[in-house]
Amino acid sequence: MPDTEATTTATETPPVLSISGANKSFPGVRALHDVDLTVAKGEVLALLGENGAGKSTLIKVLGGVHTPDAGSIEIDGEPTTITHPLDAQRAGVSIIYQEFNLVPALTVRENVFLGHEGGPIRLIKARDERRKTVALFDRLGVRIDPDAFVHDLTVAQQQLVEIAKALAIDARVLVLDEPSAALSPREVDGLFDVIRELKSQGLGMVYVSHRLNEVMQIADRVTVLRDGEHVATKPIGDVTRNSIIEMMVGRDIEHEFPKQPATIGEPRLVVEGLSRGDAVRDVSFEVRRGEVLALTGLVGAGRTETVRLIFGADKRDAGTVSLDGKALRIRRPRDAIAAGICLLSEDRKQQGLVLDLSVQHNFALPNLKRFAPLGWINHRRESSAFTGYVNQLRIKVTGPDQLAATLSGGNQQKVVLAKWLQRHAEVVIFDEPTRGIDVGAKYEIYLLMNDLAAQGKAVVMISSELPEVLGMADRILVMHEGRVTGQIDDVANATQEQIMRLAVQ
Amino acid sequence: MIKRFSREYGSVYVLLILCAYYTFATWSVQHPTTPGAARELAESVVEEHGESARVLIIVRDKPVQDVLFAEAASEALKARGATVVDVVTGDPRGARKAIEKAGASGVKLDAILTHHYAAQWGPLSREHLDEMAAEHASLVGVRIHTPKSYMWSNFLTPANLGNVMNQNADVAIIAIGMTMVIITAGIDLAVGSVMAFAAVVIAVTIQRWMGGAEASTVGVLAGVMIGVGAAALMGVFNGVMVTYARIPAFVVTLGLMMIARGLALIMAVQYQADLSGGATKGTPESVNITAPGFGDFASGDLLGLPNAVVLMLVLYVAAHLVMKHTSFGRYVYAVGGNPEAARLSGVPVTGVLIAVYAVCAAMAGVAAIVDASRFVGGRPSAGDLHELRVIAAVVVGGTSLAGGQGKVFGTLIGAMIIAVIQNGLDMAGVQAYEKMVVFGSLILAAVLLDQVKKRWLSGVPSKWGAELGGVVVEVGGDGSVAGGDGGGGGGDGGGG
Repeated sequence: MPDTEATTTATETPPVLSISGANKSFPGVRALHDVDLTVAKGEVLALLGENGAGKSTLIKVLGGVHTPDAGSIEIDGEPTTITHPLDAQRAGVSIIYQEFNLVPALTVRENVFLGHEGGPIRLIKARDERRKTVALFDRLGVRIDPDAFVHDLTVAQQQLVEIAKALAIDARVLVLDEPSAALSPREVDGLFDVIRELKSQGLGMVYVSHRLNEVMQIADRVTVLRDGEHVATKPIGDVTRNSIIEMMVGRDIEHEFPKQPATIGEPRLVVEGLSRGDAVRDVSFEVRRGEVLALTGLVGAGRTETVRLIFGADKRDAGTVSLDGKALRIRRPRDAIAAGICLLSEDRKQQGLVLDLSVQHNFALPNLKRFAPLGWINHRRESSAFTGYVNQLRIKVTGPDQLAATLSGGNQQKVVLAKWLQRHAEVVIFDEPTRGIDVGAKYEIYLLMNDLAAQGKAVVMISSELPEVLGMADRILVMHEGRVTGQIDDVANATQEQIMRLAVQ
Repeated sequence: MIKRFSREYGSVYVLLILCAYYTFATWSVQHPTTPGAARELAESVVEEHGESARVLIIVRDKPVQDVLFAEAASEALKARGATVVDVVTGDPRGARKAIEKAGASGVKLDAILTHHYAAQWGPLSREHLDEMAAEHASLVGVRIHTPKSYMWSNFLTPANLGNVMNQNADVAIIAIGMTMVIITAGIDLAVGSVMAFAAVVIAVTIQRWMGGAEASTVGVLAGVMIGVGAAALMGVFNGVMVTYARIPAFVVTLGLMMIARGLALIMAVQYQADLSGGATKGTPESVNITAPGFGDFASGDLLGLPNAVVLMLVLYVAAHLVMKHTSFGRYVYAVGGNPEAARLSGVPVTGVLIAVYAVCAAMAGVAAIVDASRFVGGRPSAGDLHELRVIAAVVVGGTSLAGGQGKVFGTLIGAMIIAVIQNGLDMAGVQAYEKMVVFGSLILAAVLLDQVKKRWLSGVPSKWGAELGGVVVEVGGDGSVAGGDGGGGGGDGGGG
């Protein structure tokens, strides 16, 4: 383990990566202001900050996507200019973005060597490449068939292919952008094993994540950005979860989970015998008035699939859904919405928003019956309703015409929230509502859940983050391989271990 | 404000540049033949020869404008007390006779009022008039008056511009529907054939069931509605195949393109065969519409604009309002931008898609009315390659083939750009084959210019744009060019 002090005071070995005085402005916004960052050999630096704090801009400066206005980058003590992704690659900087850059229709080996085939004649290379690919996976301590097609791999395996790809070009610095976002807890453990392995091989790593538990486990030091400025860099031993959050938001947050129990009444949403293939098998549960029901389990346990059946997004093989004692005939999302059920899907960009539409038009989409009773839109009514939610939810937008694509994750989630709140639905289903969004916005979403419960609605929350489940739910349902494997009523005294036991069986 | 307009309707600048270019490229001497010019000329004739002037008016029998010119001149002269000896609307021979007659009458003729074109005729030449003056004293000193010629552009005249729009009204009308289809990330290759199909249906219906030459207005209207309805049904078929059968729009409409053209030909051939009482096998000729006044629609005008252009403009305004101010319009954009998100927001995606294809085909039906009226018959060969012109108009107008974005008025501008390019090439006398090359290149140039302008306007991504790893597709994370190019595929992989 390198001495953390040594990395900042540059002794005999210079840091593998050192950025100083990085500045980057976009029209009207200063995205980075004099940001410094160093990573030592064999060190994992956690880069933290709310969305919009400048993390992604910094990563893109490193990756050659953005050219900084000022500042210098040194790799192994050598001043380096990176103005193009290829520069970054040559300098030994590899960035693994949340959205992978793999070609699904090619094999693992072909992906690893994509762009480095070394000439047009590839026949002879295949065996050589296969051997090298296996060697790379050996370095990572994993086994993946080099001839498997990427589209047949799990997300976790694809991530390993990305890492192998980085190693294939002799990366010395690896930047992992939200690497755990799409992984199950067990897969995250596997990723951590790989990261520890790479540490021991002397790679410097930058780990970007919103999941502070993971950061506490894997990072050696943390660097916190806020509003494009460097707030602090501290050894992991000197910080706590709460102190990190305070650095990130710049104010005290007393409790991470502001749970306000509401009076729980009669059952509202009742689901019986819901089934779809192997994904959802005979799932039954109820959600009561004023209750927040958490649906948890590993990724792939069938939680999302279950709520999609309730919402009519997929066809169900069997099962009934009723609201307030009335059986519902739901064949498509439109029916569910009309019945007073709404679903905030886990994938905002693919399912929650039309990114090319303006925020206001996204907001209005499920509400056009109200704004346009006869098909002709009352623009004044629409924009006054939207403005109301912008103020209430503190959505940061430049105006109603701003494209949804250009919002930060937290603000996108708030737009999705606004569009469903305007529906005044009776059942609100949140699927991973706080994934990928910053601490401040998370807190506001929790407050909103409290509000909804207090209004007597039935709230369902799918979450993989166990602290969130324990912090916000009135009751917990655990799923495993399409079945409900357990229920925890006494949330106050429940533990993460208790949930995990039900989740893995 | 200007920036926003530029972003949405940037192609208008391309149109203006083109118009400016053609205006200068076709700058030449203009010889006016308008009634206004005739009135002015009459004034100056009276001023020169006094109110007792005796004037002979000579113009051609065609075009109609000449007759109007002569009438206006005659009225203006009479109003000032001058005498109009005779009005010739005809050819040089008629002119010669009239001059002879005026000379033979023995009463002095002061002036001949005509325009540049008739003034070129032999009988009106100085030599001929001098000859005549030698014979008839009454013709001594007769002066020829023509409106003043001036320099102006052949392109930039109301007549030409009206013509440009009129000739392309059918393409522009179909482009309305195509814009909607393309906004939903679809395509309709069948529009040209559907237009021919509808035109033949209209013709056959009117001829066969509405009484042909005896058809009443109601009968004609019914025939037209049946034609447009048949076209719309074809659109519904497209929509159903795209949504329920999940066949790509390109394939479905490619199939229908052949089917509709084939049906149009079959109907026309059958009609011709029946017309001859089964004596001949029939040929794929136009099915003539003999209903009285059917051709009047295309040849008539309203407030100085050809009817087809008026119809086109009305449809554009209506489509713009629908896209901007109705739920349906919003749904179209949402379905094109992200069908899954739209479905999960309660948008009736299937219904919207079917409606959009139906509207597009119905627009082809409306274009068929224009075409059938213009040719006074249903031509099974109508609309050949129209799908390409229409798609070009939509794309040049700034609508993205990727869907989710586009503006109806942008398409109108696009259609005009294409019309102007074509008209300009005709005027410049470019040969047919070369025209294809130039036309294609100009379309590419127009779209390229639009892209450059878009990039220039949008500038660098905003702070939030930069924060969204997900939407930045311009680069492969590791910088490998091939990987980056496969960005679409790579994104799919990451979406799991």
